[in-house]
Amino acid sequence: MTTLADSVAWIGGHSVHVPDGPVALLLDRLGDYMYAVSAVLWVLVTAALLWAVFRRRAEGEDPNDPARERRMQRTVTLAVAASAAILFVFLFLSYDTSRAMTGRPAGEPLQIRVTGHQWWWEVEYRDSLPQHWATTANEIHVPVGRPVVFDFRSSDVNHSFWVPQLGGKRDLIPGQETSLWFRADTAGVYRGQCAEFCGYQHAKMAFEVIAEPPPRFAEWLVQQRDTAATPTDSLAQRGQLVFVTSPCVMCHSISGTTAGSRIGPDLTHIASRRTIAAGTLLNTQGNLFAWITDPQGLKPGTRMPATQLGPKDLAAVVAYLETLR
Amino acid sequence: MTPAVGVDPGEHAALERVWRDRTGLWGWLTSTEHKSIGKRYIITAFVFFLLGGLNAGLMRAQLARPENGLIGPDRYNQLFTVHGTTMMFLFAVPIMTAMGLYFVPLMVGARNVAFPRLNAYGYWVYLIGGTFLYVQLLLNTGPDTGWFSYVPLAGPGFSPGKRVDTWAQTVTFTEIAALVGAVELIVTIFKNRAPGMSLNRMPLFVWAMLVMAFMILFAMPWVASATLFLAMDRLIGTHLFNPAEGGDALLWQHLFWFFGHPEVYIIFVPALGMVSEIVSTFTRRPVFGYPAMVLSLITTGFLSFSLWVHHMFVTGIPELGSSFFTAASFMIAIPTGIQIFCWIATIWAGRPRLTVPFLFILGFVVTFMIGGFSGVMIASVPYDQQAHDTYFIVAHLHYVLLGGGVFPLFGAFYFWYPKITGRLLSERLGRWHFALWFIGVNLTFFPMHLLGLRGMPRRVYTYLPETGWGPLNLLATIGAVIVVLSVVLFLVNVALSRWKGSEAGENPWDAPTLEWGTTSPPPSYNFAYVPVVEGRSALWDRSPDHPVVTGLRTDMREVLVTTLLDAEPDHRHRHPQSTVWPLLTALSTGVLFITLVYTPWGLVIGIVPLTISFIGWGWPTERDHQEQLREEAAA
Repeated sequence: MTTLADSVAWIGGHSVHVPDGPVALLLDRLGDYMYAVSAVLWVLVTAALLWAVFRRRAEGEDPNDPARERRMQRTVTLAVAASAAILFVFLFLSYDTSRAMTGRPAGEPLQIRVTGHQWWWEVEYRDSLPQHWATTANEIHVPVGRPVVFDFRSSDVNHSFWVPQLGGKRDLIPGQETSLWFRADTAGVYRGQCAEFCGYQHAKMAFEVIAEPPPRFAEWLVQQRDTAATPTDSLAQRGQLVFVTSPCVMCHSISGTTAGSRIGPDLTHIASRRTIAAGTLLNTQGNLFAWITDPQGLKPGTRMPATQLGPKDLAAVVAYLETLR
Repeated sequence: MTPAVGVDPGEHAALERVWRDRTGLWGWLTSTEHKSIGKRYIITAFVFFLLGGLNAGLMRAQLARPENGLIGPDRYNQLFTVHGTTMMFLFAVPIMTAMGLYFVPLMVGARNVAFPRLNAYGYWVYLIGGTFLYVQLLLNTGPDTGWFSYVPLAGPGFSPGKRVDTWAQTVTFTEIAALVGAVELIVTIFKNRAPGMSLNRMPLFVWAMLVMAFMILFAMPWVASATLFLAMDRLIGTHLFNPAEGGDALLWQHLFWFFGHPEVYIIFVPALGMVSEIVSTFTRRPVFGYPAMVLSLITTGFLSFSLWVHHMFVTGIPELGSSFFTAASFMIAIPTGIQIFCWIATIWAGRPRLTVPFLFILGFVVTFMIGGFSGVMIASVPYDQQAHDTYFIVAHLHYVLLGGGVFPLFGAFYFWYPKITGRLLSERLGRWHFALWFIGVNLTFFPMHLLGLRGMPRRVYTYLPETGWGPLNLLATIGAVIVVLSVVLFLVNVALSRWKGSEAGENPWDAPTLEWGTTSPPPSYNFAYVPVVEGRSALWDRSPDHPVVTGLRTDMREVLVTTLLDAEPDHRHRHPQSTVWPLLTALSTGVLFITLVYTPWGLVIGIVPLTISFIGWGWPTERDHQEQLREEAAA
């Protein structure tokens, strides 16, 4: 069975310390500095403690010797002053990093709107021309080398958007608008995941960021703006008919058809996506069958109900979905 | 019970008759004695620690490998919610309060806490609240939105049913118990100290308890409002947190963390007091820098109220505002640093004895420091952008709470067990317990730092094999098994030593504080003669023929009230009798709160027994009347 990871390697296995792009690099550097200083301080204090416990004591030494008391006073004062100084350095570095991160990104940024849903991500590429809008789910394509500014909303509960290798995280809170920017400098697939507990399937609310060279990205965006392809193959045609006359349309939309509900992910170009069920399964024919038949078994609690389709109808719907490139 | 050395047997018998609880079950139910209540409080809180640990064990079993099918999301969410709620509300705060309620009166030379009936009431309310939560968990209707219960997830729209109401009401029970404990501690410390124990001679443990009590007083009202608002949104359709109707989802987070951050220090500050007592005893000298230690405790208490926003750094709060909280969070490291340096100086100057309590203190310093350093990291706004809500935070908070809370607490158990039971715990088993605990805790939680940095978010019931988080999670689970073994050893030690441990005598460690100046276990009246304190280390500084207070009545419960600053004798106070009314009042409170979960009419139904029991509580008995007559005759 092909797994998610070995179909295309996630860059750096989504570690915050394999950074890509300016934001994540700054954060990585700040982290490295703090780890190093903390490790040194930990060793020093532990050594002082062990020394205090195990040092050899002179015969008849007075534990309350006033001369030593004065020496200790000096040492402790010095240690406190040193700690305060180190904290000031940390504070300065922290502010400096904040400033560099939150400043307006250089260059013309790409705007993407992300809306959190229990338990998937709606991704919208808006434009001054409404006919240029494109909507997808759980997969964010970005051009390499161009900053991307996200604005976040939530349709239900709090979520948090996080791509460890590209930058920090930001909460999606109903009634609030939040935003975040990052830039990917290396082409590839990055994994992101919801970081704020949001109910049953918080664990399986992932997404992927696919960074592509600008021309390929532009091509992808143009394709996403299209309405869905009309099926030519008879099985797929039957699938489309089943789809638009079944409960599927209660939640999903496929542009160019009568299916127009926006409760679940937009399926207009579902076949072009790498995963289904918010980064849970690779988008293969087998997984589509499994997901449509038994979503509650694969992702207990998901809002997608089990579908009561006969085997023939099911095959037709899967065939139809596979044409939606 | 035999009288202490030098106590007149007649005097002892008289005091016993007046102060002792009745025997049997009725005596147990009606007891208002601080040691009896304190002991059951400590045991109950420890049972909740074991239950909370059991939840954690199940979670570790589920996370041992990717896509494990042991526990589904529904059960898992209940487990982590109940784990957090238990450890914070039913274990950590209660056990710290309980240690205070047992030892503070002894340490300040008092006969009992200031409000003994309130004390019993607080315990019963706490017991009912905790039991309610676990009954719900066993019925598979336990809360499932986290111990922080963020809205809107915890609101009526996304959490129908009674699960979240159960959580909110459990918290209400524990708020009452904590507030009641805080009031008693403050008044006992301020008004019942033995003559001579001026504020600047108070043991550091008592100082820590005082600071903790004030923090409870200022922090609990916030969570009380928060849970009340949540209950109103859920029960009677207000929209305080509903953004669709003009409410604010972020308001919950402010209210919750304005309580939630001090809460961490409410656990940590008493532990610091325990550390100071143990360090002083086992190095045979007073803690270095007493004024700095006291000021550090107070500063920690104050500063802990200015950090709450660092739990909300990724909610899109304006940068300038966040910066303030970074600075404040960094600043709180300084008083903690001062205390660690002072302890090291104390050890350096003194002659350390490597007993089990002392080992736990050494373990505390090295383990807690890791939590302290990671705390400084996540207090930085930019660093927190990555670490927030990941396993890095799980690692951090367990290093702080286990390192800074439970290590000292275990040390304190070994230290004070002989005072409570009259027998010493086995040092040999204790060393094994310490070693396994130290290894287990670090093996469980250190890998979680790395998991967080490799992208593992918190509160996930499973993860995909492709993420590569499997091996480190397995390591953490192995660590958890070692932790379980160490706690089992501790329980074995407690059970064996209860009957087979060596006799402790009055002061087995040659400790300086007053509780070691009476028998182990102490008699019902604590001290036959209320001591007069002559120095900061009460027993070490005691002159050979030390003065005591005489003239307190022995034919009725009478206590000495002293002045706040200098503890000069002020007046004598008639102390209330034991009674069953606190228990009945707690039961009525339980009826009110629990029915309220199911219907707003609970308020109307519950108010009747509650009013009756409060009247009963204050109703004078024949005995009260007789005592009053005797008092008047004497005057």
